[in-house]
Amino acid sequence: MKTRFLTIPFLLAGVLFLAPALLFAQSNSLGSQVNGNFQMDAQYYKVDSAIGAFPVPEKMMMNSWTNITYTAGSFNAGLRYETYLNPVNGYDPRYKGAGIPYWYVDYKTGQFQVTAGHIYEQFGSGMIFRTYEEHNLGYDNSLNGIRLKFNPVKGIELKGIYGTQRYFWDKGPGIVRGGDADVNLNDLVPSLENSKFRFQFGGSFVSKYQANEEIYNADQEKLILPLNVASGAGRINMSYGNFGLNAEYAQKINDPNAMNNFIYKKGESLLLTASYSQKGFGIIVQAKRLDNMNYKSKRTETGNVLDMNYLPAITKQQTYTLAAFYPYATQPNNEMGLEAQLNYKIKKNTILGGQYGTDVAVNFSAINSIVKNQVDDSTAIGESGTLGYTSPFFKVGDVKYFRDFNIEIGHKFSHNFKLLLTYMYEDYNIEVIEGHPGEPVIHADIIVADMTYKITPTKALRLEAQTLMTKEDDGDWLLGLLEYTVAPKWFVSVADGWNYGNDDADRRFHYPLVAVAYNNEANRIQVSYGKQREGIVCVGGVCRNVPASNGFTLTVTTSF
Amino acid sequence: MKNILLSAFLLCFGITLMAQETGADKVLFKLPNVTVTDMKGTRVTTDKLFNDGKPFIISFWATWCKPCIKELTTISDVYEDWQEETGVKLYAVSIDDSRSSAQVKTLVNGKGWNYEILLDLNSEFKRAMNVNAVPHTFVVNGKGEVVWQHTSFSEGAELDLINIVRKVKAGEPLSH
Repeated sequence: MKTRFLTIPFLLAGVLFLAPALLFAQSNSLGSQVNGNFQMDAQYYKVDSAIGAFPVPEKMMMNSWTNITYTAGSFNAGLRYETYLNPVNGYDPRYKGAGIPYWYVDYKTGQFQVTAGHIYEQFGSGMIFRTYEEHNLGYDNSLNGIRLKFNPVKGIELKGIYGTQRYFWDKGPGIVRGGDADVNLNDLVPSLENSKFRFQFGGSFVSKYQANEEIYNADQEKLILPLNVASGAGRINMSYGNFGLNAEYAQKINDPNAMNNFIYKKGESLLLTASYSQKGFGIIVQAKRLDNMNYKSKRTETGNVLDMNYLPAITKQQTYTLAAFYPYATQPNNEMGLEAQLNYKIKKNTILGGQYGTDVAVNFSAINSIVKNQVDDSTAIGESGTLGYTSPFFKVGDVKYFRDFNIEIGHKFSHNFKLLLTYMYEDYNIEVIEGHPGEPVIHADIIVADMTYKITPTKALRLEAQTLMTKEDDGDWLLGLLEYTVAPKWFVSVADGWNYGNDDADRRFHYPLVAVAYNNEANRIQVSYGKQREGIVCVGGVCRNVPASNGFTLTVTTSF
Repeated sequence: MKNILLSAFLLCFGITLMAQETGADKVLFKLPNVTVTDMKGTRVTTDKLFNDGKPFIISFWATWCKPCIKELTTISDVYEDWQEETGVKLYAVSIDDSRSSAQVKTLVNGKGWNYEILLDLNSEFKRAMNVNAVPHTFVVNGKGEVVWQHTSFSEGAELDLINIVRKVKAGEPLSH
């Protein structure tokens, strides 16, 4: 299986890499270049059964990937070598192995662009199609096939894709094909080029094909499955001066699958965004509705793979450890939500602004269920093999999934002291979001103070003091982080998270973590020791997603 | 089969390295040609980024990245001075995806930043520039060639950045 995956692309990539290299080597004017990057995360595990860090037979595990891009004029090609021996904890073990699961060749000529190989592409906001990778999370749903882009005139772009999706070291069973058209009126019509009124619209169509299979409903009746499942989306982006309005609506025809319990209902989604902003002030409001929008290129898949679309959470992405403790996850089949964000800069030389001005950000989000009604008296809601349920479009369901109100104030008191203060109120429906039946909604209050003191122009101390207060789940937490930096190369940090409020006095654990990072230009080495929860972690001056760990972690990254 | 690939690679590397050696020294690579959008929704081709023959900075950031916001806020305080002195321009490339990309404009205006903002919605430019993590900052010379890069931000790193810009503008060699 793996050999077949490798040999053909190996040969093809080799030839395609080689040919232009030879051609262009002689004409230096076009210039050819090779660049790339590398990342390795190696973890040595310590057993700590109390916090759920169980023995690891390998003792050590490692993830690594290397990207190489070759460019010569308008031709470019790239590949990625990945090794997971074995995949670090928190990754899907099916990644185990090493090889080249990603390569592509790409050629641009005037109005055309042709890409063959593995492709990352997005239509609109991604509601019916997005392929993407975030290797720090072990996420890669690249499309293995072809992509064509065509720009007939300035302001119009047409895209088409055709292929299958990555499934660890293999391919998914479904064939995905689709197209997108995007029109930017201001670029298309010369007289509108500098108009205050800006208008852009687009539409996309995507369909998947998967061969028939035998799937039965609760009464052991064989379901008649659609082999092709089509979806369509339309969008507009318009603005007038400082005002902006974006809307995208998508619909998917019947797609019985394991995620929706094999119902035949249509899927629907809507995303609306309105904003106003001027220098020093910005406000944005977003509303979203998702109904039965899980879209994967394999009917029976329930994991975080083979997604054809992207349905982002409309909640603020928190990065302070305790603020990110209970993060919301989109419920693709069933959610209605609202998010509002306000950014304001209090001017310099005012009472509240002080000598340097004050930054204020307020963010609010609320997510609920949608309303589900029975199709008829004899059919239970969501019964497999039926139309599932009906749902009034504008009605908000009464199950609360998530609430987040947070305010962030940033103020520079003097040339060497800065403070960033965050307060967050959160309600988190752990029953729905994490699938823990019967657990109560978690209410938490979180406060974070992030202080930076500059000792000299290039040496600074930073202290994060965080507290999370809740009566539910594991109770209260405290976290302190002290970081010393010598710009631009050195970072040293010491942190401890303490679950001091756990109801069970024997489970009031400490989560200490020590990290040292060295950066030189685009080379970076980081060593850390201790316990870490998963999430976006910003240490050592960069932010990235990390899995949970206990023990030594060595991270090396370079770009060239 | 693997030998074929290996030799192809080595040959291709060798040729490219030779080509790079004979060209201008200390050039890391030329800007790749991918498409991003500006805040008006207009498509921008990345190899056409330009600053009238003067050096410019490309900084990859995201609304959720605290060190990135710190870096851009710190530079914002001295940006006018930098521009006056060196004529430098900063392209701030947001890698926010559709979860948070709508908030970029609000945040940029709310902070009062005067940068050229570009949106890299599906990380195409990020991949083409081989960025591992944000913030990642590049200095590009007047010919569109990347001559320096740095990842991470800590207080005072902006002093190093403007020094590199000064050297590039004056045509002095950078100590790699």
